[in-house]
Amino acid sequence: MSATSGRLYGRKGWVVLGVFAFILFAIFPVLSLKISPDSPLHLSQYWVTLIGKIMCYAIVAIAMDLAWGYGGILSLGHGLFFALGGYSMGMYLMRQIGREGQYQSDLPDFMVFLDWKEFPWQWWNTDQFWWAALLVVLVPGLLALVFGFFAFRSRVKGVYFSIITQALTFAAMLLFFRNATGFGGNNGFTDFKRILGLPITTPETRMVLFVCTGFFLIGTLLLGRWIVTSKFGRVLAAIRDAETRVAFCGYNTVHYKLAIFTLSAVICGIAGALYVPQVGIINPSEMSPANSIEIAIWVAVGGRGTLGGAIVGAGLVNYAKSFFTQVFPEYWLYALGLIFILVTLFLPQGVMGFFNRKNK
Amino acid sequence: MRTLLLAFFLAASPALAIDRAALEKLASGDNDEKVEAIGALLAEGDPEAAAVLAKFAEGEVVVDGKAVEVVVNNRLRSAVADALAALRLLSPERAVRLEAAKALAGGADASMLALVRKALEKETDPDIKPLLDLTAASMEMASGDKQTRLAAIRRLGESNSPNSRTLLAEAATDSDAEIRIAAQKSLREVQGKLAWGERAGLLFAGISLGSILLLAALGLAITYGLMGVINMAHGELIMIGAYTTYVVQNLFKANFPGAFDWYLLAAVPASFVFSALVGMALERLVIRWLYGRPLETLLATWGISLMLIQSVRSIFGAANVQVENPAFMSGGIQAFAGVVLPWSRIGIIVFAVAVLISIWLLLTRTRLGLFVRSVTQNRDMASCVGVPTARVDTWAFGLGSGIAGLAGCALSQIGNVGPDLGQGYIVDSFMVVVFGGVGQLAGTVYAALVLGFANKFLESMSGAVIAKIAVLVFIIFFIQRRPQGLFAVKGRAVDA
Repeated sequence: MSATSGRLYGRKGWVVLGVFAFILFAIFPVLSLKISPDSPLHLSQYWVTLIGKIMCYAIVAIAMDLAWGYGGILSLGHGLFFALGGYSMGMYLMRQIGREGQYQSDLPDFMVFLDWKEFPWQWWNTDQFWWAALLVVLVPGLLALVFGFFAFRSRVKGVYFSIITQALTFAAMLLFFRNATGFGGNNGFTDFKRILGLPITTPETRMVLFVCTGFFLIGTLLLGRWIVTSKFGRVLAAIRDAETRVAFCGYNTVHYKLAIFTLSAVICGIAGALYVPQVGIINPSEMSPANSIEIAIWVAVGGRGTLGGAIVGAGLVNYAKSFFTQVFPEYWLYALGLIFILVTLFLPQGVMGFFNRKNK
Repeated sequence: MRTLLLAFFLAASPALAIDRAALEKLASGDNDEKVEAIGALLAEGDPEAAAVLAKFAEGEVVVDGKAVEVVVNNRLRSAVADALAALRLLSPERAVRLEAAKALAGGADASMLALVRKALEKETDPDIKPLLDLTAASMEMASGDKQTRLAAIRRLGESNSPNSRTLLAEAATDSDAEIRIAAQKSLREVQGKLAWGERAGLLFAGISLGSILLLAALGLAITYGLMGVINMAHGELIMIGAYTTYVVQNLFKANFPGAFDWYLLAAVPASFVFSALVGMALERLVIRWLYGRPLETLLATWGISLMLIQSVRSIFGAANVQVENPAFMSGGIQAFAGVVLPWSRIGIIVFAVAVLISIWLLLTRTRLGLFVRSVTQNRDMASCVGVPTARVDTWAFGLGSGIAGLAGCALSQIGNVGPDLGQGYIVDSFMVVVFGGVGQLAGTVYAALVLGFANKFLESMSGAVIAKIAVLVFIIFFIQRRPQGLFAVKGRAVDA
């Protein structure tokens, strides 16, 4: 155990992680639930949702960092995997509404609206939580596995791969915009009422979701750290730096890339599933190419190939986003555009690289 | 009743050209009688009837020199409009007759039948006669007499207009078996003829979309082939070209309203130069510093595209702006029945070909073109033999961006111009480049045309969204087979 823990982080790293976990799992719940709303220390629902949302994004950023920072695979389709996980969870949440929708039908409102009489095949068994949870993992995972297999096998890489993944998420977005696809078209899923029988909007349920997200975030970080410090991780980094040379050394690079790409997609799917009940809506715009590119910039801001940096980057960019869109909505695109340019030009190692350089 | 009136009318002295009974009906009959009276007034094709009807449409009928006010509702107004058109059928001028025949072909009241037949007898023009034939047949179809209807159905079967297809489809479900069978036979004939028109229309739509894709992707193919970087701001350079056209249009409107139609001639070079300047600035300020890091270039240029979108929003507003077609670009030609080819789209096809030829000449006949080709093939080697690669990069990037500007200028003539214009084309133009491969113009041309056709063909079968998805999926699979695109430059490097 100690050997493994030493491999993952040094003493300082574990302390930082411990403090982080303590804030997430002890201080935030107390501030939100036990302190009265009148007190200035009270953590309002707005903040719980915002931080929960950002943690989901941070999980996606870690997944992206594993693929891009360590595997050299810049996917511009990670928003798709995120949205697929979200939709899988969303189907379960829609079934949980039961007959409390506007039309008091067993079917979700949008199906009644389209005059459908029964659930289409995609919705089979989605009233079972375990099935929805399985879909959350399987749908993005299988898609990434099949797509990645074809792409990596025919040696599609670099910007080509990026463009093809972008086309993939674009095609999926068009597909999900259609009502006939069976996922609510433009409006997607919203107006959720319950999860596992619990009302979804109470502070207690929200805090449970918040803590689950926090656990998963830290778990993903440790898993990622474990992977990149293993032999597998080193081969992966070698592939990133000189794929041809690694292949000539006798490694089958396709397997390595496929494994990390699929794992990354699965993590994204789970993040999406945690995101939807907290934010309360999922629609096809999550699959827009712009969203997927934004994921890459979170990682770039934090610093590629650092994992911890991905969390920092996702936090910084998304906090800035919610700040700007409230205070100067006009200038957010300027700010985001500038972040893209300045980080790639002047901070190739991201924020983490900047601090590491200072320490040395 | 009508025949009676007609008989009376023929018997009356020629000096009394306007039928008095009809006039009285027009003044005081109920609506049915008024429509009948309109038909009666027409039957002789007297030019004076036109004046009476025009006055009637304004709510006045003069009987025996005395003005009577009448109420004119929509039904009567459209009957008058048809009647006036029918009267023009007898005009000595061909253009007037053609116009009138077109107006009536959409459908007219059966009371005009007598006049249409009369016009048909006199008519010799090959363009107008079939139109009138069709009009007469459609009127006869509405009549109660079975033999007339059967004859009309046979005549409709010889025509090739979508209107007769609609009429026949209606008759094909008639309760009378004989009419049903005749109508079905004629319907098959018409559909066979129409199918050719529709195929031609599809072909045109495919070429049109292909030429648009070609314009959008040409610049991207040059910059990607040359430097191996994906310029995510390419769509925004297209958008800038479109907005430049908008500005030039406004300048012409304000300063030379007389020469407004010619603003496009000034807008073409303006949009090229302006987009090229923006592109060269981009290359100098950002892309140059990211040499050898293609993924970072992709992100940085995406950042630039966001800033360009927002600046256009701040300057021109988030709403779409209006770019008017010059007179010679509006309208279209009727190539087949039911297929109209708009001039603006024909203009874009011609424009795309012209741009393609100029680029080809530039790349194969000039010193800059030689340098661009050499750097594309082997940058290090070109540099070794003294090609100033850095300067070539800047100029080539300017060229690619300028072509994007030209694409924007062309797109402003057929679609909305808004800050998001470029976003809609970016994925498509990437797909053209990926599909065609880089390094050769031919690849881009073939890819643009193939994707244009595939899109339009699938669209006609399964709707626009499914067509788009199918094309994207097709490209994703195509890349498995040929990762370097249709026209790959052959090389021996492993990491080509």
